Amino acid sequence: MFAPEFDYYRAGSVAEARELLDAHPDSTVLAGGHSLIPILKLRLAAPAALIDIGRIDALRGIASDGSTIRIGALTTHAEIAASDLLKGKAAALPEAAGQIGDPAVRNRGTIGGNVAHADPASDLPAVLACLGAAFVIEGADGERRVSAPDFFQGLMTTAVGEDEILTGVELSEAGDGEASAYSKFAHPASRYAVIGTAAKVGLSDGVCTSARVVVGGLVPAPVRAGAVEQALVGQAVTTELIAEASRKVGDSLDDDDLLGDVYASAGYRKASAHAWVRGALSAAVARAG
Amino acid sequence: MKIPVSITINGRQYDRDVEPRLLLVHFIRDVLGLTGTKVGCDTSQCGSCTILLEGVSAKSCTCLAVQADGASITTIEGLASHDGLHPLQESFWNKHGLQCGFCTPGMILASHELLRCNPNPSDAEIRHGLEGNLCRCTGYQNIVRAVRDAAGAAEGGAQ
Repeated sequence: MFAPEFDYYRAGSVAEARELLDAHPDSTVLAGGHSLIPILKLRLAAPAALIDIGRIDALRGIASDGSTIRIGALTTHAEIAASDLLKGKAAALPEAAGQIGDPAVRNRGTIGGNVAHADPASDLPAVLACLGAAFVIEGADGERRVSAPDFFQGLMTTAVGEDEILTGVELSEAGDGEASAYSKFAHPASRYAVIGTAAKVGLSDGVCTSARVVVGGLVPAPVRAGAVEQALVGQAVTTELIAEASRKVGDSLDDDDLLGDVYASAGYRKASAHAWVRGALSAAVARAG
Repeated sequence: MKIPVSITINGRQYDRDVEPRLLLVHFIRDVLGLTGTKVGCDTSQCGSCTILLEGVSAKSCTCLAVQADGASITTIEGLASHDGLHPLQESFWNKHGLQCGFCTPGMILASHELLRCNPNPSDAEIRHGLEGNLCRCTGYQNIVRAVRDAAGAAEGGAQ
């Protein structure tokens, strides 16, 4: 398959990339290319120009100041999956990144490209929403930070403006007694999430002190499962409680919004989502305890 | 628009002017005539276009040639040395790890990546590590045996 013709400009810095975006209307940012190149080849998009930010080293890497972890937009899924810092302080993220595609895809695909593409079947949007991530966006007025509910605006739509660039993602480190996990029903060929569930829980003496559960894959943008969370907080956590709470995930899913395809209908996904919620919650509780 | 690129493949530098939309796999196959790298699904699922980009596996159907400007690439043609086949090639031969052979270049380079990250994989780890490569002959049993064999050879210092 051949993409439609486009022009190509390579940026050496974020400032230069923004200038190039300004100078070339209808241009699109290229990072690792693992979301963008497939849609160009399928001719679902036909930008006039690509602005390649792939060589801006300042956008690469994972670092923490002791409470906030900053992940550069160009950090690859392989680097995230291998990060000991993330495994210890934000376990759901490396767990999800390690399940994206396959090793060669993870070597090239980036967290920034992934979330800026905002494919509903992608793993990272639900995880980052669950972990309370801030998305760092650079534009004409400097840097701004956007939370997940405001960042993911719908099917393949984000808060990143036409003249802006997503430069990174920030997370809070998990505190004592807190842990997160990701559980996924992967499409057998593409490995995309048919259903993806991220959970973060806080435990104190076996009692759930906080819970955040977010589902993706079957919805246009990540959805927080508030009814599941409310059924957990303040309760002594048992296998039975997790199973019972997980069953409430359907309360947070609007039938009109659910996605289905030839592989898995919307109804099937909704009916089975509780199993993946239970999986993520069980793993997060095991880590937190 | 044409963009000048300089890409080193199997130790030899190639300078060409390419369209930005040219995929790396087409640069390798159609511009340079190195047809060991295959185009299979063309959607980054089958792995037959796998190459080593700066020593790390990548699917060349999902990379633009302009993105690889300045990079050093190894294709299946460059894996053997003057002293003979690479241990992975020997093992795929000895263990009958190929039938029609179409997936083999990608399988071998994906196996190279697997052993780079994990020199002593279990059978389950081999299968997991090769999840991005499809064999339409379904010859997976012998592919796993071949990778296991190559890992043993590497332990003995053959690499």
